[in-house]
Amino acid sequence: MIYGTALLATCVLAGLIVGDVLGVLMGVESNVGGVGVAMLLLIVATDRLRRRGRGFSASESGILFWSAMYIPIVVAMASTQNVVAAVGAGPVALLAGVGATLLGLLALPLLARLGGRDAPLPPADEPEGL
Amino acid sequence: MELMEEVLVDNGLLFAFALIGLLMWFSNRISQRLSGGRIHGSAVAIALGLALAYFGGRVSGGTKGLSDIPLFGGLALMGGAMLRDFAIVSTAYGVEFSEMRRAGLVGVLSLILGLVLSFVAGGLVALAFGYSDAVSITTLGAGAATYIVGPVTGTALGASSEVMALSVAAGLVKSVLVMIGTPFVAPLIGLDNPKAAMAYGGLMGTTSGVSGGLAATDKRLVPYGAMTATFYTGLGCLLGPSLFFLFVRGLLPA
Repeated sequence: MIYGTALLATCVLAGLIVGDVLGVLMGVESNVGGVGVAMLLLIVATDRLRRRGRGFSASESGILFWSAMYIPIVVAMASTQNVVAAVGAGPVALLAGVGATLLGLLALPLLARLGGRDAPLPPADEPEGL
Repeated sequence: MELMEEVLVDNGLLFAFALIGLLMWFSNRISQRLSGGRIHGSAVAIALGLALAYFGGRVSGGTKGLSDIPLFGGLALMGGAMLRDFAIVSTAYGVEFSEMRRAGLVGVLSLILGLVLSFVAGGLVALAFGYSDAVSITTLGAGAATYIVGPVTGTALGASSEVMALSVAAGLVKSVLVMIGTPFVAPLIGLDNPKAAMAYGGLMGTTSGVSGGLAATDKRLVPYGAMTATFYTGLGCLLGPSLFFLFVRGLLPA
């Protein structure tokens, strides 16, 4: 299990270092996409290991644990934000969220028709929701 | 009593785990009881977290929400940048290249278009409300993408805690809207096949919103939408503090 966690930690650290270096190169004082780079590294690394297939599945739980902790950690993060000041700023968050959702919805019919529309799934045995 | 408080403060991170665990349990109950599971427990929990942060800020007069109250200081460690980045990266585990290829052109286009549209929407709203620095505008744009991309971008760029809170809230609004709205708009926008679901995940990006919304529409669509939505977060964290920031900075008058 520690192997999985160690691999994850290595990917995150490497990604953050790459992000910092990119930031310096671009002349911005920030970490440029470090988390994104780290995700790519993890995907590549675990893909390799799994293909080699020598008992990596035992180390897997060291990564899966943290992936299950993701939402709780986000909740903890939410509870440490400066919400008092954010509330004072008015309906910025509401409008930004609504705006982004609407734009995305409007774009879907265009995209889904690209290269021909797929046939709908056959009706499910037991009708769901709607 | 004092002795107990001392133990809880000294072991702040452990107390935070216990506390957040309780909050998650409570949120899942609310989700089941009041919305029949339609609004995910995770969204309820994040909203409650923001409410607690408001309470904490009011009580302490500080800028770090509930963690400014010494008893809850451990939350700052649990929800801090280190563990957050660690947990976010771990969610990429299990993604396979063959799946990425299966998503194909539509998936890639939807990801790029979805990110750009969200950044534009969030950025324009930020501008309209008088934010004029590139860091705040980019962070709010990133928050309109998802409540993860927002704070990751904000931390990387050094945004103010107020703007970070706004970016989380913006992402949360989107997540809840997608969760609730998907079943209603699905027939109108042709969301009834795997390809459309993949495009939907890429356009909306919020993994919790998309998987919740698709589950209420047709359970079989969930894996397709959730897959592209996962890429969205990764790509957003990659592009937010880099390309989008440089673009915003380039557009603004010096």
